[in-house]
Amino acid sequence: MIPASFAYHRAASADEALSLAAEHGEDAKFLAGGHSLLPLMKLRFAAPEVIIDIGRLSELSFITDEGSAIRIGALTRHHDVEHSELLAREIPLLAHAAGQVGDPQIRHRGTIGGSVAHGDPASDLPAVLLALDATFVARGRAGTREIPAGEFFRSLFETALEPGELLTEIVVPKPANGAAWSFQKFTKRAIDWAIVGVAVQDDRIGLINMGSVPLRAGRAEAALAAGEPVADAAAVAAEGTSPGSDIHASRAYREHLARVLVGRALEEARSRS
Amino acid sequence: MSILGTRVIRTEDPRLLTVGGVYVDDLRAPELEGAARLTFVRSTMAHALITGIDASEALREPGVAAVLTAGDMDDLPPPPPESEGGGEGGPVPVGGPWSEPLLAADRVRFVGEPIAVVITDGGYQGEDAAELVSVDYEPLPAVVGARAAVAGESLLFPGTSSNVPVSRVPDSVDDSPFAGCDVVVEQDIVNQRVACLPMESRATAAAYVNGKLTIWHSSQNAQLCRLILAGALGMAPDQMRVIVPDVGGGFGAKVGIDRDAIIVAWACKHTGRALRWAETRSENLVGMTQGRAQLHRVKIGGNRDGRILAYRLDVIQDTGAYPRTGGFLPGLTCLMAPGVYDLPEVQTSFRVAVTNATPVHAYRGAGRPEATAAIERAVDLFAAEIGMDPAEVRRRNFVAPDKFPFATKTGALYDSGEYGAALDKVLAAAGYGELRAEQKRRREHGGPRQLGIGVSTYVEITAADAGAGESAKLVVADDGTATVYTGSSAHGQGHHTAWAMLVQDELGIPMDKVTVIHGDTDLIPDGVGTYASRSLQLGGSAVHKAAIEVKDEGRHQAAEMLEAAEADIVLDTDTGLWQVRGDPDTALTWAQVAGHASGGTLIADVRFSADRPTFPFGAHVAVVEVDTETGKVTLLRHVTVDDAGPVLNPVLAEGQRHGGIAQGAAQALLEEVLYDADGNPLTSTLADYAAITATELPSFELVSSETPTTLNPLGVKGIGEAGTIGSTPAIQNAVVDAVAHLGVRHIDMPATPERVWAAIEEARAQ
Ligand SMILES: Cc1cc2nc3c(=O)[nH]c(=O)nc-3n(C[C@H](O)[C@H](O)[C@H](O)COP(=O)(O)OP(=O)(O)OC[C@H]3O[C@@H](n4cnc5c(N)ncnc54)[C@H](O)[C@@H]3O)c2cc1C
Repeated sequence: MIPASFAYHRAASADEALSLAAEHGEDAKFLAGGHSLLPLMKLRFAAPEVIIDIGRLSELSFITDEGSAIRIGALTRHHDVEHSELLAREIPLLAHAAGQVGDPQIRHRGTIGGSVAHGDPASDLPAVLLALDATFVARGRAGTREIPAGEFFRSLFETALEPGELLTEIVVPKPANGAAWSFQKFTKRAIDWAIVGVAVQDDRIGLINMGSVPLRAGRAEAALAAGEPVADAAAVAAEGTSPGSDIHASRAYREHLARVLVGRALEEARSRS
Repeated sequence: MSILGTRVIRTEDPRLLTVGGVYVDDLRAPELEGAARLTFVRSTMAHALITGIDASEALREPGVAAVLTAGDMDDLPPPPPESEGGGEGGPVPVGGPWSEPLLAADRVRFVGEPIAVVITDGGYQGEDAAELVSVDYEPLPAVVGARAAVAGESLLFPGTSSNVPVSRVPDSVDDSPFAGCDVVVEQDIVNQRVACLPMESRATAAAYVNGKLTIWHSSQNAQLCRLILAGALGMAPDQMRVIVPDVGGGFGAKVGIDRDAIIVAWACKHTGRALRWAETRSENLVGMTQGRAQLHRVKIGGNRDGRILAYRLDVIQDTGAYPRTGGFLPGLTCLMAPGVYDLPEVQTSFRVAVTNATPVHAYRGAGRPEATAAIERAVDLFAAEIGMDPAEVRRRNFVAPDKFPFATKTGALYDSGEYGAALDKVLAAAGYGELRAEQKRRREHGGPRQLGIGVSTYVEITAADAGAGESAKLVVADDGTATVYTGSSAHGQGHHTAWAMLVQDELGIPMDKVTVIHGDTDLIPDGVGTYASRSLQLGGSAVHKAAIEVKDEGRHQAAEMLEAAEADIVLDTDTGLWQVRGDPDTALTWAQVAGHASGGTLIADVRFSADRPTFPFGAHVAVVEVDTETGKVTLLRHVTVDDAGPVLNPVLAEGQRHGGIAQGAAQALLEEVLYDADGNPLTSTLADYAAITATELPSFELVSSETPTTLNPLGVKGIGEAGTIGSTPAIQNAVVDAVAHLGVRHIDMPATPERVWAAIEEARAQ
């Protein structure tokens, strides 16, 4: 519960963060809200030698309306996403889901960029951003590039970000029918991570904790596209997934939950729109 | 008007809520200035021989003063000899081959067992250096779970012939009482291992002060700590002082002083350095003793008219790696096996098994919740089998109110009880009939959200060691203030408020002039402590007794001062003034009366002990909603009657009930300590160990009921553990009840969503 020792640098700008990252290479880690990285360090599962604190980069904390899309700075706290009137109006799924992350203290520290960059399949927002067809903007020494959410999550805790690359913003297109959403997070306790979660926007379905990366429920989406009823789509929601077994749930139970929750989410999204 | 029974706000709280408490690790005593940090090197193997320990790399780290291992413990008294106990029916053996070392020497028996200590200038250095101490292990087969232990394929203790240090199993089983029953039901039940999880984890500091080895320890009783330390370190008790500052919860796990803290005291003695140790939560979840961990087999038989004729409970206790208090728990479970029922035949047996897991000790209820859980589940199984309402079956089997004191078949003597009245009250408050109607509507409707209603009725034993009693010293000084030195040891219960109320009630000295002191062996060498729901009935009665003695002495002084007969002297407890009866002009204050006594103080130093334990009782109704598609349980309502006699302060009593119900709900629904097949703990962080939080709990509905006992002058019983004892089976029964119509008859705790879902699936498949 006490991390190994590390050197600490606080970046005053995104540029400084990038040059510090370049200087320290593989030994360095960005620290945003710290709510995923610090627990790993305290348990000594991670022991970066250099910490580059980007937590105070206010230039990367914003939610702006770009007409057809909304741009969200990577350092925007879950609390600010949850309480954004713009998001509540245009993309209620995202505002609602941000309000389901952990508890109020966690939402005041954790950032949307940290949630995405961490690449944890159990996190809420990655699956939500998949269902929203978001694009992630990354800045490295070579410049800026855009990565579609569907290509971002590579494997457990592994993303398309190159070492030293900084996730700067997330671009979320406004859904055709913003009201057609549902977020089903199944937990034992309110504070818990999802055992399984489902995010639905229109007919796109994101799955939380159903494999080593956040997923789209491809088979269920295909069934809907083929005009099959919700119950039939839900019945194939777990196909093509590979959830793990752990002390919180077995694989079979996770698959069952995915079917139940996808059914409920699709029903709710339809009843809302 | 008496202050007793009124809602007095806790006097402890302003300090705790503003400047905050001072826990062991907050202490800034000058003697601890510059104290070194002690960090444990703990076993990473569940069962192994230690073939080597190499500390050389750690010793090269900056700030490392020493690394100590069992090899350095050459200044300890020899381990206890092989005790008389053990085997069939004896006490739990702790000596000879069953001895528990301080630092493990050649063998480890659970993940988290202390192997070495690293002493450093700072805590961070300690964690880094501890990682560098390398321990070579030769793995042995891990014994995981009590059943594997009983099978005995791998033995934990060389020189013994089994993993069962103590048992009480009859030579032959008499099944004849079940033969005449219309219906007999049997069930295996798991009462799972849970963590005690106090907010403040374990912490100890040690230093020599004026030649005395002084230990600050987060404990439920300083005096027992000193006694244990004296034995373990081979010192006279008066060479030591134990101080207990604020304590952030104990729940039984902080009774006395455990192995890790004794090691801290030894290391201070050995090195002469002031030391501090405060464990992390990950350490706490493997190092602190845990609770429950029993396997039950119940057999219940009776007639279709609802009368229960015979009950059998067989217990296997997993006591963890060493036979500590865990070995003593199933005796209490068997004692309380029949619960609130007047049963013609009760049979019990137990076996205590050592396993490669964290040792088991007392946890809120300590043996009694297990007894209640078993019989309350058994009664529900029986009720379901004969198709009778579970509340009605209970009513037909209660010990009748005119039978008290009631001697049970298992040897308990229940002092007083109104079991039927408690049940009627709780059913009325819950609106039981309407709940059943709502349940019926939901079942007919057939949706996924089904209602479950669970009933439990319980009796428990408090102050089981009533004869040990408790101490109180009361001093009234010539400034009119009173000081209480109590052997009880508050760690959240509000004794400081309660004891001051008792003094005000008896002497008329206002509460704000009463100081309560506990937890310091120099000031209170003789004391027993706070556990087993004993404090008000023993410690409070001692304060009450001391106040009466001081009053008698005050009357004597006042009579002298007023030149009147003692019989004519009266104390007005509203104003705290002494006077000659009917003559207000003669009023004397406590300051004046104490000033007249020799030394300027009135002192009473007493001990109160009771002839027998008391037996609080109650009835709980839990209402749950179960999502039959996912198995998720939501506790909607929890209604309770917890009768522990007259209530001294409802604020304190309700607090005890609230906390107890929450912990009971936690066991029923969420909490469980788990190990993998190699004995590695799987729940050693709070991300994995699902402690209950406020969001999982409804507002509790508490119904009052006060049936006095005659065993102490206050008429009170204990309330500290009752909530836990009553709530767990009520909630478990409610979960089963919610899905009973789907063919489910039992679900083990914790009733996690997956377990409930699996039970429904299994019933559907049949
Ligand atoms: C008790 C608890 C409960 C929680 N419950 C939930 C929950 O229910 N649901 C949920 O989704 N999450 C939960 N979280 C996690 C929380 O949402 C985290 O805040 C989030 O996952 C990570 O965000 P962060 O800003 O804290 O990232 P950090 O911990 O600071 O960083 C995480 C990782 O991302 C990298 N990183 C961070 N920002 C960037 C960036 N801009 N560019 C490149 N790399 C970056 C870091 O280097 C690090 O590797 C919980 C956390 C805790 C402690």
